[in-house]
Amino acid sequence: MDRNQSHRQLAAMKQSLFDQGYLDEQFIQLEELQDDANPHFAEEIVTLYFRDSSRFISNLDQAMERNPLDFGKLDSIMHQFKGSSSSIGAQKVKAECTLFREYCAAENAEGCMRSFQQLKKEYAVLRKKLETYFQLAK
Amino acid sequence: MTIAGDVFRLNLPQVLDDSPSCSQDFHVLAVDDSHVDRKVIERLLKISSCKVTVVDSGTRALQYLGLDGEQNSIGFNSAKVNLIMTDYSMPGMTGYELLKKIKQESSMFREIPVVIMSSENILTRIDRCLEEGAEEFLLKPVKLSDVKRLTDFIMKGETKGKEKRSHKRRRSDDQSSSPSTLPLSKSHPSLSPSSLSSKRSRLQADFD
Repeated sequence: MDRNQSHRQLAAMKQSLFDQGYLDEQFIQLEELQDDANPHFAEEIVTLYFRDSSRFISNLDQAMERNPLDFGKLDSIMHQFKGSSSSIGAQKVKAECTLFREYCAAENAEGCMRSFQQLKKEYAVLRKKLETYFQLAK
Repeated sequence: MTIAGDVFRLNLPQVLDDSPSCSQDFHVLAVDDSHVDRKVIERLLKISSCKVTVVDSGTRALQYLGLDGEQNSIGFNSAKVNLIMTDYSMPGMTGYELLKKIKQESSMFREIPVVIMSSENILTRIDRCLEEGAEEFLLKPVKLSDVKRLTDFIMKGETKGKEKRSHKRRRSDDQSSSPSTLPLSKSHPSLSPSSLSSKRSRLQADFD
């Protein structure tokens, strides 16, 4: 009973992550790369993503304190953040990265700051949800 | 930035492979500065029955191949590389620069097919890479179907002297395992067929 219940919860959670746009098809691609010999591949990749993302955010935090902003540098960091977000299917985070880069291209400091705040929020939400998801999957 | 564990991950011929169908000695050198992407491409290639070496920069790739001009004491890089897959945007040496260096070789290294991967669908970039001799240009995130299609036709030796044209699908909803081959939707007026020495592929111009 217990196991069925947690399977259902897991499936429901996964569905909601997709329905609400947190994840896209790329996440499914990652799960499909799992097999008996590599049953936790998606989780391993996501863990790596969290590690890299923390670093990107910390670099961005530092860069955002500069005055004036170095838009080239910001864009460069965000390009990497966007890339890895895309690789794990983190759709909303990826969209925020894109928005941020648009503000960089326009050299709009205000826009960058707002967008960065939003990005950090989205990332925090995603991280929490994925951590819960993988907990359930154990 | 290099992480010791990540930089050289070698699959020596004698090492047992997870993949049940690893009957080919098809060795791919993958180059990407992103940890996440390195791990993903490595997995995609292993599932496709390839031996994989992943490095984190163009410089490391050249070192591995022994093309960096240094006296190379790494004995095992005589493990022949059948394909190079490189990210386009990397700090230091870009994938394009790596491609050029390889194609400018006077040695047999020039013959190794090079595939560029990029998250950005920029036609001028794609054209430039193909003109420089890239075998294929893949949009990231790279999918298993991309890798299978790629390794299949390279293993069949279709890279030299054949005018095979295919489209990389922009949307990844393909369920079938067979590669789709579509005619070119546009020709490049400034390139004559004779000046193209390798297979040309075109990405669907996605202006929707």
